[in-house]
Amino acid sequence: MSFFETLRSGLEAIATHRLRSGLTVLGILIGIAAVILTVGLGEGATASVNSAINALGTNLLIVTPGSSTTGLVRGGFGSADTLTYANAKALANKKDCPDIAGVAPQVQAFATLVAGNNNWTTTVYGSTPQWLSVRGRTMAEGSWFTSADMAHAANVVVLGQTTAVELGLFNPVGQTVNIDNVPFTVEGVLASSGTSSSAQNQDDLAVVPLTTAEEVTGTANVSNIYLQATSQGTLNAADEEATNLLLQLHGITNPTEADFTITTQSSLVSTATSVDKTLTVLLAGIAAISLLVGGIGVMNIMLVSVTERIREIGLRKALGATPGVIRRQFLIEASVLGLAGGLAGAALGIIGAEVIPHFISNKIAISGFATAGAVVVAVAIGIVFGVYPASRAARLAPIEALRSE
Amino acid sequence: MGAPGPAANSSSSHTGRPLVEFQNVWKTYVTGAEPVHALRGVSINIYRGEYISIVGPSGSGKSTFMHILGCLDTPTSGRYLLAGTDVSKMDEEQLAEVRNRRIGFVFQQFHLLPSLTAWRNVELPLVYAGVGRHARKVRALSALEQVGLGNRADHHPNQLSGGQQQRVAVARALVTEPDVVLADEPTGNLDSRASADVLAMFADMHKAGRTIVLITHENDVAAAAERVTRFRDGRFIEPEQAAA
Repeated sequence: MSFFETLRSGLEAIATHRLRSGLTVLGILIGIAAVILTVGLGEGATASVNSAINALGTNLLIVTPGSSTTGLVRGGFGSADTLTYANAKALANKKDCPDIAGVAPQVQAFATLVAGNNNWTTTVYGSTPQWLSVRGRTMAEGSWFTSADMAHAANVVVLGQTTAVELGLFNPVGQTVNIDNVPFTVEGVLASSGTSSSAQNQDDLAVVPLTTAEEVTGTANVSNIYLQATSQGTLNAADEEATNLLLQLHGITNPTEADFTITTQSSLVSTATSVDKTLTVLLAGIAAISLLVGGIGVMNIMLVSVTERIREIGLRKALGATPGVIRRQFLIEASVLGLAGGLAGAALGIIGAEVIPHFISNKIAISGFATAGAVVVAVAIGIVFGVYPASRAARLAPIEALRSE
Repeated sequence: MGAPGPAANSSSSHTGRPLVEFQNVWKTYVTGAEPVHALRGVSINIYRGEYISIVGPSGSGKSTFMHILGCLDTPTSGRYLLAGTDVSKMDEEQLAEVRNRRIGFVFQQFHLLPSLTAWRNVELPLVYAGVGRHARKVRALSALEQVGLGNRADHHPNQLSGGQQQRVAVARALVTEPDVVLADEPTGNLDSRASADVLAMFADMHKAGRTIVLITHENDVAAAAERVTRFRDGRFIEPEQAAA
């Protein structure tokens, strides 16, 4: 009996029991759609975290005060006020740090901004003119503050897009915004970073000259220093140069006792991604369990089918069907159920990936590879869970089968 | 296959090898403590072209005899030669092929597949024989024509009367041109008119040279055959066996 004939009689058997076959397919379908969606959700989250981190700038190193070691004696991450503007200026020295292209020390604080009747609380950064290039930002309107503004500790501010909109400023350049009751002149508005939908909104901020911020806060300490390496290839060299210089400036001889931490952008990406990976694996595990349940559904239905069609099997054997032919017919039925569930599940997953993001804020990234893999898995489930019922059918003695009523 | 043998239509002038040879065949079932002997040393020869009926009460073991004759089961001991080949030691795959090529079954319950039309039921054995699609349809339709159901080829079994269903089953048994047509109580589920129809069909098949084994518990049905044998307590009753 040819494969085509076997396939035909398998399909006919499925068509004869439409409702039952449909319900079996549904079990597989839900599992496959769940797998595709959870994997897509995980990949979507990873992609948006990556883009948020990449939106910080390119080839970045971030120096934060305090040690990252978790020793009992040392203070926690970022607890020590050990970084200063002077450190930043030293890092900008090309002689000591030839692989560092830009340095942007930052102080940051939450503050309430008021323009006319509108007020808005946001993160206000104090930094140097290099901030713009180090952070990879561009201006939408007006101009970035100058070295002269820096030197005079001028009361000038550059707003992020979101901040400007929330303050109700349609032509913000030249207007006055009060920051904690001190009037500042808006010099410009940053172009959108393109990450407004992510958790870390890089458009909801205001930037003032570092010197101005120091006058307000009364300290020369900075929250962190953004360093930009000259290229991706020099990231490690820049890391080393900055570490050595800061150790020297802070008078520390043992590198393990450093009172600062340098984080690279790529390590941020891998940390954030590993968290997402864990979540994705967990969700995919749950989806896999639902697939397993679907597979058991296939086995159940195939066993019922074997029992119900015991006379048919007996007759087919009497007419010359070998055990192999009977086994193949049932295996084909099971794998067709799996395939149908896989294809329908993939379709549902793809539709879900289009529709669901309209209701939740997460992106769902569907990969063709994962989808094709899920369909293959569905067929495999059909086959694996079909083997036992199929061999039971194949082993039936024809006389027993014919005799049964 | 199906061509008349050297001594086709006469049971009195058999020469050469019998089509069916049972040599002291035993079938024993061990279900409880006591083994049950369903067949107790059955020996019989059936020649090509014979129309033989086997009559016996239920429980006589005639069904077991038929199962072994039809290669649906194998003997516990003894030899069974079909067309000169020992089938008593064959495995399942080989038996399936023998059933497919050499034996046509007609059952009391018809055993048609309800999801298939008449001609699709008739072509089933040809599917397992590996016959091509077109040839299958031609042969199935011609077999239905032979049993007078050419105009019912596209009907499903539930659209046919009992007699018509049994005729479809006969067409299915004939379509492979088997060595033996094995009919197990073929009239058991039919009224007297339909029974007469089916028996008339067997008579025609016999005239055409077909070998027919008819198993029944009804004497008047058995009388339709050219040779009548009696089965009791797991073996043929002596005079008939001697006649064989």
